[in-house]
Amino acid sequence: MLKILQNIDRRWVFLSMLLAVAIPVLAKTVFPVNISPQTMMVFNAIEDLPEGSRILLSYDFDPASQGELLPMAQAFTRHCSIKGHKQYYMALWPLGPPMVDLSIDTIESEYPNLVYGEDYMKFDYKTGGEAVIRMITQDLRGMFELDSKGVSLDEIPMTKNIKNIQDMDLIINVSAGDPGTKQWVQFAATPFGITTVSGCTGVQAPQMYPYIPEQLAGVLGAIKAAAEYEAAIDEVYPSIASNPKAQEAKRRMGPQLVAHSLMIGLIILGNIIFFVSRKRGLA
Amino acid sequence: MDKSSEASKNSNTLIWGIIFIIGAIMLVWSMSTSRTGQVWVTPEQHAFTADADGKYSATDTPSSGDIEWVTYNVVPDSELTQEVIDSGSVTLSWSRTIGLWLAAIFTLFILSFLVGDNPAYKFAEALVVGTSAGYVMVIGIWDVFVPLLLGKLAPGFVQTAFLPGMDVSAGTQFLYIIPAILIIMLLFQLMPSGGWISRWPIAFFIGITAGYRMIGYVEADLVAQIKAGIVPLWVTGENGFAFWASFNAVLLTVATLSAMIYFFFSVEHKGFIGKTARIGIWFLMITFGASFGYTVMGRIALLAARLEFLFGDWLHFIPSS
Repeated sequence: MLKILQNIDRRWVFLSMLLAVAIPVLAKTVFPVNISPQTMMVFNAIEDLPEGSRILLSYDFDPASQGELLPMAQAFTRHCSIKGHKQYYMALWPLGPPMVDLSIDTIESEYPNLVYGEDYMKFDYKTGGEAVIRMITQDLRGMFELDSKGVSLDEIPMTKNIKNIQDMDLIINVSAGDPGTKQWVQFAATPFGITTVSGCTGVQAPQMYPYIPEQLAGVLGAIKAAAEYEAAIDEVYPSIASNPKAQEAKRRMGPQLVAHSLMIGLIILGNIIFFVSRKRGLA
Repeated sequence: MDKSSEASKNSNTLIWGIIFIIGAIMLVWSMSTSRTGQVWVTPEQHAFTADADGKYSATDTPSSGDIEWVTYNVVPDSELTQEVIDSGSVTLSWSRTIGLWLAAIFTLFILSFLVGDNPAYKFAEALVVGTSAGYVMVIGIWDVFVPLLLGKLAPGFVQTAFLPGMDVSAGTQFLYIIPAILIIMLLFQLMPSGGWISRWPIAFFIGITAGYRMIGYVEADLVAQIKAGIVPLWVTGENGFAFWASFNAVLLTVATLSAMIYFFFSVEHKGFIGKTARIGIWFLMITFGASFGYTVMGRIALLAARLEFLFGDWLHFIPSS
């Protein structure tokens, strides 16, 4: 038995992981979510702003991270839309604008009362990462003369009086890497004191927590925090709880529990095999 | 063939067999119970009419000279009944259906790498890389090169040909000749000789980036983080001594100092320094463990998203995402 376990093909582990994720997805398993204080910091940063506040949402991710980050990006959009905030969308990644379009689709289908140019608008992608951030903290039109539809910012009601992003009440950054939250902290939040919150991938999350609370007003780390954020919105705005599209992150926590349990079990089993093998002189 | 490679081959065949059998059962089941991989749409008419000032506004009764177009909205499974199809208000979108099948097949091609490297995976990988590179290049030309360089050097032409909304009041901005020259110099990298010319713009770019980043790191990661690390160890609140806040402050201080001492190699790690450095290792290990846990969570979320796509949008076992 020990020899079989020692030489087990790694693909059996992959197959068991596939089943551990697939079965809860098919069974639509959803577990209760407890909202952490860190998530409430992000929620309150948006909730406490008065209606009509200006919020810059930078989607710095691409389809490779869509499964992890899109649920929280959509939750940000829904929260800002419910609160009636002015939403300014941009992207520092070339494949970011299609992600922004998904949020704009959400606004158009779920909040038809919001008007493009008055309640929300979109800037095009610009290359340069931190250089773009640095520029728009001083002069927005130096980088974005037009919106994504080719209309001059001076003709758009919600941008005509904006000089630079220091006029924003909050920056929301959804980040999958570089450029992302680190650059927003380095070139906007720290030097100019613009209140910033971040939703980032799990890989980045441990590097972002030290920025709380001085440089970041809150961080949503990975899909778990996105599920908590959805739950926080559901609690305050119960009408949104009946929208299945607004429960995406919560749905993805079911497979997490089963897959993590499997992984913990495999780590324990692997250690047992290692120690038993060493004791028998086989390792 | 030795025993281990024979066992691996048998295991390989068995795993492929299991995956194919499960996949075939799911596909047959789905096709017999739903409209597998079909995308149905409803047309939506848009029309805009111009007023006397030339400003456009939406209209429900378009006439000749108005701007009109049609968009197609996907009909959710829950609303797609036989009666709806028979009524003729929805149509099968062949382009979206083919796109859906391609997305599903390429997802399976990529996932097949877990069983072993194979031509299907290589094909999908090459296609992703090629498509991404082409997309990024087109985006770069239209969102950056045209408005931010060509639009500064030939504003009238760009406004007439590409961007009617562009403000041309500033006229030609000759300063932008410098980045244009740097771009041309960079292209010398592709020439058989004269490659050295491209080193100048590369040096310029590296210098600018290094300078930019240094400022950012010094301000946000060095000075601000040192400031954030200096906290009162004895924390009091409205009810006097706050135990957990004080505990957190002490933990933060001990973890920061011990982890830094681990990376301080000017003194030999023995005695008090050695023990402190060892505590630092523990904190580093806990941090790496947290990172690993978060990474696993991220990867599983990505897998769950793809399976939701396969089981929902494609096979219709669960509601579409």
